Amino acid sequence: MADALKKTPLNELEHALGGKMVDFGGWELPVQYSGILEEHEAVRTRAGVFDVSHMGEITVRGPKALELLQQNTCNDVTKLSDGRIHYNGLLYPNGGFVDDILIYRNGADDYFVVVNASNTDKDFEWLRDNAQGLDVDVQNVSANYAQLALQGPDAERILQPMTDVALAPIKYYRFSTGNVDGVPAIVSRTGYTGEDGFEVYVAPEHAPRIMQKMIDAGAKACGLGARDTLRLEATMALYGNDIDHTTTPIEANLEWIVKLDKGDFSGRDVLEREKNEGPRRKLAGFEMVDRGIARHGYPVVDGKEEIGVITSGTHSPSLKKAIGLAYLPLDKTAPGTEFTVLIRGKETRARVVPTPFYKRAK
Amino acid sequence: MTPEDSRYAKSHEYIHVEGEVGTIGITEYAQKELGDVVFVELPQVGTQLEAGDELGSIESVKAVSELFAPVGGEVVEVNERLTEKPELVNTDPYGDGWMVRIKLADASEVDELLMTAEEYDEYVETESH
Repeated sequence: MADALKKTPLNELEHALGGKMVDFGGWELPVQYSGILEEHEAVRTRAGVFDVSHMGEITVRGPKALELLQQNTCNDVTKLSDGRIHYNGLLYPNGGFVDDILIYRNGADDYFVVVNASNTDKDFEWLRDNAQGLDVDVQNVSANYAQLALQGPDAERILQPMTDVALAPIKYYRFSTGNVDGVPAIVSRTGYTGEDGFEVYVAPEHAPRIMQKMIDAGAKACGLGARDTLRLEATMALYGNDIDHTTTPIEANLEWIVKLDKGDFSGRDVLEREKNEGPRRKLAGFEMVDRGIARHGYPVVDGKEEIGVITSGTHSPSLKKAIGLAYLPLDKTAPGTEFTVLIRGKETRARVVPTPFYKRAK
Repeated sequence: MTPEDSRYAKSHEYIHVEGEVGTIGITEYAQKELGDVVFVELPQVGTQLEAGDELGSIESVKAVSELFAPVGGEVVEVNERLTEKPELVNTDPYGDGWMVRIKLADASEVDELLMTAEEYDEYVETESH
């Protein structure tokens, strides 16, 4: 089993750095190095570096590139300009997520799409199949890129000496290209932690050297464990946990990426109905009232009836309490509403709270 | 180093027996596997346990795991400090990070059911590879 795991270009370095390796959707990746709490704290207060090379990259190019993306996503791709990025949902006709993605616009007919690791093949096939008959070229270029996420308030200070890209002018959700440590790179001010930071895409063979230099310059090597606590505090959805093919962006509290006025697109009629009539359930943030941690899959109950489900839950290192996300009936999603979750069969109280749980000081 | 004056369960609890009272916690290996412990749920004093009964649960940031009674007995003390400082389980599992003290029901269970430090080390070696 272990030899079947896929490895990123940073695998050897991660072993050498003492990473505790786990199987993450078929990839061998570090869940932690020194400890989740310590790594989490480093990103919130200084900087941390994550190997996110398992993420997929798909290029969409050609005269009909925009049309293909517009038809298959809910956010409005025409609003992007060169050098800008947005968060978007690749949707099935029933409104469920094929995946949640980032779209980078290089040019009017040239887009770079970043997708979840375990969805890469599915997304690529979905886009390619929908591109039939359109003058557009869709390529899965995941193998050409390693990706490092350098996150935290010190990220710019650490990265700037290593690159000829001027970082200060790159605003949130924008990108530029240039050299990082002497090799071609895409540098975007994006991340999955709720902190300032950058994601750097380079050819695989250069990634270990660059990651080591980031560590030498003060970034702490961080694993998937801290990535999860950081993203949950920032209330960023995790595909497979909080969203999947059965959940729509409206249900997932991602109405801000649903642009019904952009014209027709896959899933539009379902989203329009949900927007007008309200979805039957909605993703809400909660904190525990009683002691305990409600984790993914735990049922939310009302008496004997199961009325919802926990999608993510953890101990929040920044807030020092148990937090999470749950799908709840719409009338139970107002902040302050209490509900009961079964933690290993035991009725435990939780309370809906506003999200995000954590927002960095600007 | 796994302390030689204690005995070990396959589920990674230790028990350190003095007289008729045994102090139970989790091993160094177990705390490392769990990672940062953030919450420990322990039984009430007076709870009667048989060997293998669930004794409580340990939440780390990334997962939850159950704590099992390595031998039978009655809970006579729980480590209240863990309420405020669950990280003691990580920093000092065999010392301040202990969890429960029980009055043994049958002292012979200690030798019958549990491993020595040496046996436990071998067990961990084979389990982790």
